[in-house]
Amino acid sequence: MAVAQPVGVYEREDLLTGCQAVAEGIRLANVDVIAAYPIRPYTEVMDAISKIIADGKLVAEYIVADSEHSQFEIVKHAASVGARAFAGSSGTGWMYGFEALVVTATDRLPVLFLVGNRALDDPGAFGVEHNDALAIRDMGWLLCWVATAQEALEHVLLGYRIAEDREVRMPMALAMDGAFLTHSQHIVRIPSQEAVNRFLPPFDLGERRLHPDNPVSIAPQVNEDWVMEIRRQNWEAARRARGVIATAYEEFNQVFGQRYRPPYSFEEFLTDDAEVVLIGMGTVAMPARTAVRRLREQGHRVGYVNLRWFRPFPTEELRESLRRFRAVGVIDRDFAHGAPDDGGVLLHEVRSCLYPVRERPAVVNFITGLGGRDVSIQDAIRMYEITQEAARKDRLDGFVTWVGVRE
Amino acid sequence: MATADKVLVYDRIKGVKQIPLEEFYTSGHRTCQGCESATVMRQFIKAAGPRTVVAGSTGCMYVANTSYMTTPWIVPWMHTQLGAGGSSAVGMAAGLRALMRKNRIPQEKIHVISFCGDLGGGDMGLSGISGALQTDYDLLIIMYDNESAANTDIQATGLTTWGAQTTFSPVGKVERIMHRRWKKNVAAMLAVGHPNCRYVATACATFPPLDFLNKVRKALSIGGPTFIHTYDPCPKGWDFHPRYSHELGELGVRSGLLPLYEIIDGEVVYTYDARKTAKGRIPVREYLTRQGRFAHLTEEDMAHIQRMVDQMWDEWEVPGVAPFRGTLKVSA
Ligand SMILES: Cc1ncc(C[n+]2csc(CCOP(=O)(O)OP(=O)(O)O)c2C)c(N)n1
Ligand code: SF4
Ligand SMILES: [Mg+2]
Repeated sequence: MAVAQPVGVYEREDLLTGCQAVAEGIRLANVDVIAAYPIRPYTEVMDAISKIIADGKLVAEYIVADSEHSQFEIVKHAASVGARAFAGSSGTGWMYGFEALVVTATDRLPVLFLVGNRALDDPGAFGVEHNDALAIRDMGWLLCWVATAQEALEHVLLGYRIAEDREVRMPMALAMDGAFLTHSQHIVRIPSQEAVNRFLPPFDLGERRLHPDNPVSIAPQVNEDWVMEIRRQNWEAARRARGVIATAYEEFNQVFGQRYRPPYSFEEFLTDDAEVVLIGMGTVAMPARTAVRRLREQGHRVGYVNLRWFRPFPTEELRESLRRFRAVGVIDRDFAHGAPDDGGVLLHEVRSCLYPVRERPAVVNFITGLGGRDVSIQDAIRMYEITQEAARKDRLDGFVTWVGVRE
Repeated sequence: MATADKVLVYDRIKGVKQIPLEEFYTSGHRTCQGCESATVMRQFIKAAGPRTVVAGSTGCMYVANTSYMTTPWIVPWMHTQLGAGGSSAVGMAAGLRALMRKNRIPQEKIHVISFCGDLGGGDMGLSGISGALQTDYDLLIIMYDNESAANTDIQATGLTTWGAQTTFSPVGKVERIMHRRWKKNVAAMLAVGHPNCRYVATACATFPPLDFLNKVRKALSIGGPTFIHTYDPCPKGWDFHPRYSHELGELGVRSGLLPLYEIIDGEVVYTYDARKTAKGRIPVREYLTRQGRFAHLTEEDMAHIQRMVDQMWDEWEVPGVAPFRGTLKVSA
C-alpha cells in the first residue's frame, strides 16, 4: 500500500487512518514507554503501535495494562523518571482513569494521550461526542482537536514539542473524532526521521526527574500552606503555553514548509468578507466547509472557524477574529445539561471570550452529532440559516437548537 | 529456610551489627509514636540502599510522612494514587529500562520500590498489583498493613481482623460485630495467581529481628516483580500504648493469626511455623486482649477467631497459606 518516495522532508506517502497516523508520529517521536488498554475507537492506535514495535521500527517499553487507571499511572510514572510516554483512551475508559489524568496534570508531567472521542456510557454508543476529552478542560491539560490524519501525525510531534517545553510541562491530550477520523483513511505524507529530529528535541525533565542522582521528593502533602501557590504556578504554565504553541508552529513551518498559518490555534475558512460564521471542533469542519461553498454560490457571506486548541483557549486571537462578524453559531458535539441557557460546553467558552467586546456578534448554539450521529451538509446549511437569522434579529444570546434530533 | 537461603544468592544481613548505619528515611515525618508502618519505611530503604526510586500511595505513609519542605526521604520519592501501588512501580521500571536501553542514562541496577497500604493495595489496587506481577520488570511492591484505612481515621478494610472496632464498624446497641469479613489473604493470593513472580513474602517489621530487612534484600536480588506484605501494629488504630508496638507484632505472629512465610519460586518457606507440630502458637486471646479495638469481643467471639486460626493451620492444604482442604478428588 505504501508509495515509498521521499518528498523533501517527507520520506513517503501512505494511506492511513487517523489512528495509524498517530502511530507513525509515535514512531518518529521515538517514544520510550507506551501503555495500552482496549476501548473503541482509540484502540487502533495501539494495534498499529504494537505492530511497529513488533516489526522493530521503534524501541520502546510496551505494556498492556490491567485497566485505564493503571495504564495512565504507568505512563505518568514513566514520565516522572524522564521517559517520553504515550497512552490514550476513549469515552468511558478515559473516565475510568480520570483520577490519574488529574494528577498527571497537577504533577506537570508532559505525556501525550490520544483521545478517540466517544460517547460516554450509558447507554452504550461507539460514536463521537466530545464530553470525554472536555472533562479534563479545567485540570491543566493541553487539549487540541485535529481534523485530518496529516494533522494528527503532525500534532503528535507538535504536542510533545509544546508539552515538554520547560516553560510548559503540561500533559497533552490530542483529541480526534471517533470513527470520522480515528478510522477514516487519508493520504498522509510521513516526515523523515532526520526532519523530525531537527524539529523535536529529546525529552529532558531536568531537575524534576526521579533518579538516584537527583533525590527529589515529588508531590508531598502541602495542604493550605502551599497548594494555592502551586495552583498559581500551573496557571502560569498554562498561560505561557499560548506563546510556546505559536513558537512551536513557527519552528514546525521552518522545517516542514508553510504547513500552518497564524494564529495556529484556530483556522478560518472563507471568513474575509463573511457576515456570519460557524465555529466548531473536529471533523464537523468537513460538512461545514462544504455548506459554506454551497451557500456562497448563492451569494451568502458565510465562513467557518475550525477551533483547534481548546486548552489553552486562544482568547485574544479568537476574540479579535469573531468580533468582526454579525453572528456566530457555535457547534457543540457535547452536552452540558443544566448549564447557562442550556447550551453546550463550547458555547460558554466562546460567549465568555466575546463578552468584553462592546459590539458583540449575536451568539447562537447548536447541539448536534451526538453519539456519532452524522452531521450532514444539510444540517450545516440549516445551522448557517439559523445563525443568519440571529444576525438579523436584535441581540439574541443563548439561543440553543438541537440539530438532527428526533423531537 | 536453609534450602531457600542456599538457592537464593543475596547480600544477607547476618547480625545486628551488620545493619547499615545510613538512614535514607530520616526526620521530618509526623507519624504517631510507635508507628510500625514508619518502621517498615525506615527498614525497607535501609535494606535497599540509595540507588533506589520509591513511589508511595496515599495513606498514612504519605500524609503523615511527607509534608512539603520536610520530606523524610533521602532517596527519590514520589506520591502515587491510592490504587496505583502496582502501576507506579511498572511505570518507573519501564521508564528506567527504556532510558537505559537507549543509552540516555547510565546502565546500572536501580531498585524500584512502591509501597501501599492495606486499603490501597489489598482492596483498591489489587488489579494493578496483579498487572505489575505479570510483567518482567525488576520491582518490589510493599503492602504495609496496619489493618485499617488509618489516614482517614481508622476505617475497616478487607484486611482488618474479624470483629475489630473501627470508625466504620462501631459497637452499637443492637450490633456488636459490624466488621464480619475474614482478613483477606493477599500475599498468598498473589503468589498463587502469578507463578512468574519468584518472590512473595509476609513480614513483621521487628519480629523476628533482621527478618524483614533480609526479605527486602531477597526480593530485590531475585529479579522480576516481587511482593511483600507487612503486618504493622498501629497504636492509634488498634488502641494500645505505643511502647508495645513491637510486642504486638510478635504476639500476632505467634498466635498464628498473622502467618509469616516466603514463597520462593513456588516453594513455601515458613519464617514462623505456627503449626502445633512445629513452634506451635499462643492463644489468640493473648494478642486480642492487648488491644482496645477488640475490647468488646465476648469469649464466644474470641473462640470464633481461635477456631478460624486453628483451621488455617490444622486443616488448610498449605497451612496458614492456602485455604484449600484435602487433595485431588476425581469426580465420577
Ligand atoms: C481514590 C481515593 N479514594 C479515597 C481516598 C481517601 N483516602 C486517603 S488515605 C485513605 C486510606 C488508605 O488506607 P491504607 O491504604 O490502608 O493506608 P493507611 O492510611 O492505613 O496508611 C483513603 C481512603 C483517596 N486518597 N483516594
Ligand atoms: S495512625 Fe497508625 S499507621 Fe498512621 S501514623 Fe499513626 S500509628 Fe502509623
Ligand atoms: Mg491501612
